[in-house]
Amino acid sequence: MGTIAAIQEEIVEEFNMFEDWMEKYEYIIELGKALPIIDNNLKIEENLIKGCQSRVWLNAEHKNGRITYTADSDAIITKGIVAILIRVLSNQNTAEIAKADLAFIDEIGLKEQLSQTRANGLVSMIKEMKLYALAYQNK
Amino acid sequence: MIDGSKIRVQFPTLHQKVNGKELVYFDNAASSQKPQVVIDALSYYYNNDNANIHRGVHYLSQEATDKFENTRKSVRTFINAKNSCEIIFTKGTTDSINLVANGYRSILNKEDEIIISEMEHHSNIVPWQMCCEISGATLKVIPMLDDGDLDIEAFENFLSKKTKLVAITHISNALGTINPIEKIITATHKVGAKILIDGAQAAPHTSLNVEKLDVDYYCFSAHKMYGPTGVGVLYGKEVLLNKLPPYQGGGEMIKEVSFEKTTYANLPHKFEAGTPNIAGVVAFKAALDFITDLGIENIAKYEDDLLKYATEELSKISGIQFIGEAKKRVALVSFNIKGLHAYDIGVLLDKMGIAIRTGHHCAQPIMEHYKIPGTVRISFAIYNTKQEIDLCITAIKKAQKMLT
Repeated sequence: MGTIAAIQEEIVEEFNMFEDWMEKYEYIIELGKALPIIDNNLKIEENLIKGCQSRVWLNAEHKNGRITYTADSDAIITKGIVAILIRVLSNQNTAEIAKADLAFIDEIGLKEQLSQTRANGLVSMIKEMKLYALAYQNK
Repeated sequence: MIDGSKIRVQFPTLHQKVNGKELVYFDNAASSQKPQVVIDALSYYYNNDNANIHRGVHYLSQEATDKFENTRKSVRTFINAKNSCEIIFTKGTTDSINLVANGYRSILNKEDEIIISEMEHHSNIVPWQMCCEISGATLKVIPMLDDGDLDIEAFENFLSKKTKLVAITHISNALGTINPIEKIITATHKVGAKILIDGAQAAPHTSLNVEKLDVDYYCFSAHKMYGPTGVGVLYGKEVLLNKLPPYQGGGEMIKEVSFEKTTYANLPHKFEAGTPNIAGVVAFKAALDFITDLGIENIAKYEDDLLKYATEELSKISGIQFIGEAKKRVALVSFNIKGLHAYDIGVLLDKMGIAIRTGHHCAQPIMEHYKIPGTVRISFAIYNTKQEIDLCITAIKKAQKMLT
């Protein structure tokens, strides 16, 4: 699999093909529907990231210096973006995850989804993903 | 009837494109847009009259003081209060409620009870919880019926000699329910308790007469009434405000200060410590004049027509579930669509240039009542039109198609 930077580039290229916002969001919705749903026994309070409006569950498993993330959200657009973040960061090296610059979010025009007012839990999710990586980095 | 399409030309913010589409603004229950006259009044103040009030002997200070006090007179007329000193300027409804709740901390004790309701905005819940925590008083919560009306029978059963204060919203911000406050006020007074009404959603849509209502405290915000942000009103009966302890200490609110004993200023200054939002208060008068010139009954009639039309058109959408179908409602409609998350609908409507509100609307107990994470809320103001409702319905159908 590719590096974090390479996957980001891939995603930017994919999004460049879309003619308008509708195609873009249809794709995000599709990704949301396709995201493997987190195990129900992992949808627990400790894994819950509370946004003001939509909720995200995030689980991290550490193996051989890499982290695998699984996640879910009750809103489909949030879930689609969660799927993209997992595609970029899951199964990567802890050190790479911790220092990852997620510039692609801006480039594919999803910055608004990460603004504070959206309150969808995504900002906290990225923070959590990185915190897991930091915590496991020295193990 | 008023023609909203003619009025909207006075609102500069409405004439812009959002995501390439003409903006449709349906988040008026959160904050209304401002007419040019209000914006001009703000800018005129800073261009011509700026000075601190109530202190300076110089020309500008007197000019600013006069204008500030003129707004107080306008508010008095607007709500038909007996006396201008019963009008306290605050930061907003939340601040007004906190001012009263803070005062009651030292008035109440552990034998006393405060009654609120399940349909309150968080700002009419939390200050009373804090008040009860410190005073030891008990908080009682009137339940809501499933249609979004208050359970008045339960309320009447709560009332007793122990009741000291009832704090109820006039109109629910999440459901649009108009509560029968006349009846609630009368019942409250029968047991000798006082009543505070959260009028944040009512003041922009209904005509107010605090004297006739015989209400003890009434709170509202300028920014939901076409006025500036950061300005609110607390109306209180003079005799009660005189007894209520001051909220914040500082300049303006004192008579004399010494280290032995400080005495407080008379009303309304006792509750207006520090330099207030002078420009905002001055410009609020322009907003009140705007409403008065149109006539609040005419505004209500026009908005009611929009509400009726929107409800009719929305009910044609498959899977629509209205949240709150109280018998008397005003200016807003809250709903969900089966199988869809309100947040997703909100995001897609924004892409189509339509500003609506989604989520729990700072009224989590209401969402808990219906066991839902939130609703989609469309709320109206005088500048909205039926054409905008049509655009919104088309957009909702498009979002529904994309999401299913």
